[in-house]
Amino acid sequence: MTTVAAVLVLAGALLAFIGALGLVRLPTFFERVHPPTMGTTLGTALVLAGSMLYFSALDSHLVLHEILIGVFMTLTTPVTYILLGRAALRREHKDPET
Amino acid sequence: MSPEVLSMTLAAAQLLLALAMTCALYRLLRGPRAQDRVLALDTLYVNAMLLILIFGIAARSRDFFEAALVIGTLGFVSTAAAAKFLLRGEVIE
Repeated sequence: MTTVAAVLVLAGALLAFIGALGLVRLPTFFERVHPPTMGTTLGTALVLAGSMLYFSALDSHLVLHEILIGVFMTLTTPVTYILLGRAALRREHKDPET
Repeated sequence: MSPEVLSMTLAAAQLLLALAMTCALYRLLRGPRAQDRVLALDTLYVNAMLLILIFGIAARSRDFFEAALVIGTLGFVSTAAAAKFLLRGEVIE
């Protein structure tokens, strides 16, 4: 059980790292918005699943409170990115160069 | 899985998240525009939250969960406030 949890956590961390790498490598802002969401959605979900499995195995009963973080991230990430995308669109429109 | 392999896997995951935070920090310092910095800040706090969760697994302690939850909450509020400021020039109208 702890093996599965460790593999899940490692996969989540790898996804978050690939997302951050995309943040550095891609050329324009509207391309850079996309990669970090890998870490915030699937990366967070995998790390939380690993944490739930590990603590469930450790306590030998079901531990599910990590779902709270998952629900919270799922609800808040689109809100921030919609606000940020709108702000970026307005700023690009008003003054495209700087 | 033996405890050594488990701790090594967790250390590898921590290293990956530290590298991810370094990438986000690079984008935060480099810019070039304000929206890039806000996006980098968002990535930075998400990675920090995941790192703290993994610290909690490595330490076998339940107390790190609350820290991760607080980081998630405050990170959302700060990113939303910064994006709102970029959008309108004011946070609360």
